[in-house]
Amino acid sequence: MTNGCDLELINLTKKYGDALAVDRINAHFKAGQYVCLLGPSGCGKSSTLRMIAGHEDVTDGSIVLDGFDVSYLPPAKRGTAMMFQNYALFPHLSVRDNAAFSLRMKGQDKATRYAVADELLEMVDMSALADRLPSQLSGGQQQRVALARALVTKPKVLLLDEPLSALDPFLRVRMRTELKKLQRELGITFIHVTHGQDEALALGDELVVMNNAVIEQSGPARDVWSTPKTEFVARFMGGHNVITFEGEKAALRADDVRFGAEGLPATITSIEYQGAHFALNTRTQAGEDILALMPDEVFFDTPKKPGDAVSLTWDEGRLHRLQT
Amino acid sequence: MRATSNIIAYLQAAPLMAVLATFLIAPIFMIVIVSFWGATEFSIYPAFQFDNYAFLFGSPVTYKVFFATFKYAFITWVFTLTIGFTVAYFLAFHVRTQTMQTALFLLCTIPFLTSNIIRMISWIPFLGRNGIANQALISWGIIDEPLEWLLYSDFSVILAFVHLYTLFMVVPIFNTMMRIDRSFIEAAYDNGASGLQTLWHVIIPLTKPGIMIGTIFVVTLVMGDFITVRFMSGSQKANVGRLISNDISLLQYPSAAATAVVLLVTVLLVIGILLRFVNIRKEL
Repeated sequence: MTNGCDLELINLTKKYGDALAVDRINAHFKAGQYVCLLGPSGCGKSSTLRMIAGHEDVTDGSIVLDGFDVSYLPPAKRGTAMMFQNYALFPHLSVRDNAAFSLRMKGQDKATRYAVADELLEMVDMSALADRLPSQLSGGQQQRVALARALVTKPKVLLLDEPLSALDPFLRVRMRTELKKLQRELGITFIHVTHGQDEALALGDELVVMNNAVIEQSGPARDVWSTPKTEFVARFMGGHNVITFEGEKAALRADDVRFGAEGLPATITSIEYQGAHFALNTRTQAGEDILALMPDEVFFDTPKKPGDAVSLTWDEGRLHRLQT
Repeated sequence: MRATSNIIAYLQAAPLMAVLATFLIAPIFMIVIVSFWGATEFSIYPAFQFDNYAFLFGSPVTYKVFFATFKYAFITWVFTLTIGFTVAYFLAFHVRTQTMQTALFLLCTIPFLTSNIIRMISWIPFLGRNGIANQALISWGIIDEPLEWLLYSDFSVILAFVHLYTLFMVVPIFNTMMRIDRSFIEAAYDNGASGLQTLWHVIIPLTKPGIMIGTIFVVTLVMGDFITVRFMSGSQKANVGRLISNDISLLQYPSAAATAVVLLVTVLLVIGILLRFVNIRKEL
């Protein structure tokens, strides 16, 4: 699937006045990957995406796509296309005209551009509604049209700015499957900005976790999830406990925590039933909160209640040192 | 229960209805009635006759004057639209801070702190035969003789109209432009549109309702005007408004009323045609 269109960010920096939005980040994305830029709001992930798209000036550093420095090119000349958070479909144009917009700007005649637009609308399953106006479509349908419009330009990299945040939860999961499928079929790089770690894990081959204008950790989704480097990543990705162990911060996956005959003494503070498992919040004598996820069968075999004293254990090697 | 709530609803609408009935519907109704009355040199008498309309439609002057009125309206519209759109575009898309936007917008309204007439008359010493404009042009050596057409001409009438009414174009267009989501412009840019293409394919179509509201303001104001035409043309040009005002000064009220009715119908037709093109409802 590799076609050489790697995307590299080199010391990429963005300042708004004195405020540092993105601080000398470096990243290398192999072509054809689904990359998720992940982080809390204000972490610089959207600024990064908008710089790659060309909608935000680069303060310093470069963006290299397919071997060329595109940092100062206009958006349409970069080989990127952006899908906007609110889709930004032109309200006065029909679905077909929206999809054909970039071809019209290039001066292609109606028959040619409609043929290409129809092909893409077919791909996103929107052919039947090609004559409608955007206001007559649902959120999910609008998103498909926005996808078609972005893909008409045949981009090497598709940039998606929180594409699922405007949808209801049910639709979000469905669209997420479709996005992933589309990315696999097209084989181009998708860069997807999100603040939801579940979305990032579900979609991303590669995750980039940002906080305070810098990349906290990047790597394959599995590595980021199972071996978070910093306390921030461990807490942000969820499902991890951060505990102090031998004077150092360490991460421990909640589903690795078990109750044994001996171990770290703690008291159960609350219990939540979550279907497949129970979430038991405990507090150690040092005052640290530790979450234990217990399969529901195990819990029903050995029921617990809030206030019970327990001993927390985990297998050797599951505790994972964090950088400070 | 239902009946009472109906009554309450009518009562709530009643004050507005009373105002509209007294100050809008009744006067128009009376004008329509009077337009069918008869008149002699020294009196008017109630009647139901079509003499006024017959005279109006039989006279070539009427057609000339209506044509002049449309001409003023059209030329003024072209200029106010061009200037108004440019100013609104600058305010909406080039001025970054909201404080600056408000400040510049208020600056546009400053001329409106004086009356129409004063703004109009202040052109006269500027444009006159020995006015500032002619003197400056002569002293620069651009012309040898004073330009005659600067004042008391179609030029001065249209100049005054444009000066008076451009703001009526700026305000609705600016208002519509401020509601355009900035991501549309980014999306156009992302799709390879140049600045001009974005203007033509995105901004102008999305600004149409504002343009239409401004157009209605300008067209109705110019078509109903008589004082500007009188002052700025030195009573040498005519439009429908002047026709009516002349009739009134000669105490020919029925004839004036008939002309007024025809003008009203014409203006309504023009607006009706304009509204066919653009749906302005979502702007109101």
